[in-house]
Amino acid sequence: MKQLAFIVFQDNDNARYLVDAITEDNPHAEVQHMPAMIRIQAEKRLEIRRATVEAKIGREWDVQEMLIDVVSIGGNVAEDDDSFVLEWKN
Amino acid sequence: MTVNAISEYSATPRDLQANFNGMQLLYVYWEKHLIFCSPFAFLVAPTMTFSEFIDQILKDAIKAHPDSASVDFSAAVWTLNGERLTPDHAASLEANGVDHKSLLRLNTPGLSGIQGSCC
Amino acid sequence: MTTQKKKLSLKDKYQYLTRDMAWEPSYQKKADIFPDEDFEGIKIVDWDKWEDPFRLTMDAYWKYQAEKEKKLYAIFDAFAQNNGHQNISDARYVNALKLFLSGVSPLEYGAFQGYSRAGRQFSGAGARVACQMQAIDELRHVQTQIHAMSHYNKHFNGLHDFGHMHDRVWFLSVPKSFFDDARSAGPFEFLTAISFSFEYVLTNLLFVPFMSGAAYNGDMATVTFGFSAQSDEARHMTLGLEVIKFMLEQHEDNVPIIQRWIDKWFWRGYRLLSLVGMMMDYMLPNKVMSWAEAWEVYYEQSGGALFKDLERYGIRPPKYQEQANIGKEHITHQIWSTFYQYSQATNFHTWIPSDQEQQWLAEKYPDTFDQYYRPRFDHWQQQHAKGERFYNHTLPMLCQVCQVPPLFTEPDDPTMLSHRQIMHEGERYHFCSDGCLDIFQFEPEKYVQAWLPVHQIYQGNCEGSDVQTVVEKYYHLKTGVDNLEYVGSPEYLRWLAWKKLGTPQAPAGADSKLDAA
Repeated sequence: MKQLAFIVFQDNDNARYLVDAITEDNPHAEVQHMPAMIRIQAEKRLEIRRATVEAKIGREWDVQEMLIDVVSIGGNVAEDDDSFVLEWKN
Repeated sequence: MTVNAISEYSATPRDLQANFNGMQLLYVYWEKHLIFCSPFAFLVAPTMTFSEFIDQILKDAIKAHPDSASVDFSAAVWTLNGERLTPDHAASLEANGVDHKSLLRLNTPGLSGIQGSCC
Repeated sequence: MTTQKKKLSLKDKYQYLTRDMAWEPSYQKKADIFPDEDFEGIKIVDWDKWEDPFRLTMDAYWKYQAEKEKKLYAIFDAFAQNNGHQNISDARYVNALKLFLSGVSPLEYGAFQGYSRAGRQFSGAGARVACQMQAIDELRHVQTQIHAMSHYNKHFNGLHDFGHMHDRVWFLSVPKSFFDDARSAGPFEFLTAISFSFEYVLTNLLFVPFMSGAAYNGDMATVTFGFSAQSDEARHMTLGLEVIKFMLEQHEDNVPIIQRWIDKWFWRGYRLLSLVGMMMDYMLPNKVMSWAEAWEVYYEQSGGALFKDLERYGIRPPKYQEQANIGKEHITHQIWSTFYQYSQATNFHTWIPSDQEQQWLAEKYPDTFDQYYRPRFDHWQQQHAKGERFYNHTLPMLCQVCQVPPLFTEPDDPTMLSHRQIMHEGERYHFCSDGCLDIFQFEPEKYVQAWLPVHQIYQGNCEGSDVQTVVEKYYHLKTGVDNLEYVGSPEYLRWLAWKKLGTPQAPAGADSKLDAA
């Protein structure tokens, strides 16, 4: 059975850069657009890297800023200064 | 099992018959007639006869169903709390064994809802 | 881009501002300070093993929450100033909001109280901080929901007195008793119930597809509060998963206790969410996804991944998951049929889905809609056209645990209502399912006290012996205004006037003289 890690963002301007960064760092991810929201899912693991987001957004970006735009997540969370990871370990 | 609690835990049921002012609750489920979404809950006098219950309460409750006019109550199959019941229509609900919070299932052979859909 | 070195890493900052601010008591015993930590039988060996994946400190919390609030209230203002309520897809949509405000928003307040209390009971600082933040979140949710709805309350009926209704209206005892059950449990069961089973496993179904649906129906205010609330949910869900993993890792004796809680709260949550399913399938004029599709994505798929992950602790999927998976094809049609026929006692209107909507339902539910549900809608439609709009004039039986009428059908027979009954200490009790019966049998003393609205009316405790009196005096609903059929309602006529759709022909059977109750 598939084990999808996922994250859902509000479909807003911030999210565009986040989605760009995530798809770059997670080539296996699938992006789904729905009214007012964007869902990104990937088998087992999904990672947001601060450096990639900063490159896209053109400014410093704190990993915890994602808390403003996130709608939902699936997977075990691991967060530090440089990344936010969602993962199923089993 | 008992409730896991910070102190001794006991409780009185909220729906004891004594709380219904001499009346009792009776539920009726008319099988294969799902336009009535769930079993009915009626408040009845235990002394009411079975036929009074049918004539005064049940017929009124089901009258909106097109099948209701065709129900032959003398041929109906009744189940009381999971066991087949052959009611004495002249006797009281109590005498028929219909106690507080009993469920009567009504099956009307030959009638299976709107266009046979069980609705 | 080069990165400036922060003064403190996230991890260190979190350590200093949370864990390090806790202390070991010196002149009081820990057991006296946290007296409710042990009685549920959960064994905690080492609270320091608690993980805080989000590592949110209070300063960052206020910063981000303030930003969310500013964005949210700017939108509320814009929505009100621009008469946003006139831009929704159809006035029928607002009926979903009435259900939300009276059924869900008071639960947010209940969650605020629950987390305030649970947080006080844990001797571990990490759990206390997470509960404290969640308590504040929940208070914010109820406030923003009330603020968002206050605009609708100016223009639509049935949104007044939602708190009063929550405590009294018959079907609102379903959400109310759900939360009361959780809040009256110990702190660990509360977290398993609300943080894990509800927040982690099930709330996605409430807040993600439904709020996306709000957007699709032009309701800017609701989608905004919904997603703003849901942005806190990522933290809440993480707490839910963390608390489960923590308890399971602490002691093997915890496993069977937690398994039973998961079984119980999955089933209670599933029953509660049948209301949400109905909102998605029947109350959104523009539909985003069906309940069955949402269940597949957010329960079967996500829950599948989750429970596979938890296998390593000896946890299996919830006991009656299979029944819920079968039910996805049925429950929304059954619930809508129920509200349709008892609409004389609801704080919202009901209607027969349009031909186009029934077509959508048939496509989304190819194995069930046409066969089992279309015939009743066709019949009711014909009755309505004849001026005999169908209402059920009796009161329904209610399940002793979930308080939903036993309106769901047997998993193996969609033509037979699912019903279970037992004798307990000389009293008869009735249930909608094996799941609810199990819950009762484990803690019967808790559920024999259930305040079942139908029985309360019959005991004479609801200010009247007939439905209309109860509805008006006890529920504070105005017959013919707040309740009954949508077509022909004052709200329907007002909407047509706003939209300049002309005076409708008086729809048959929709006048206020309806012989409701």
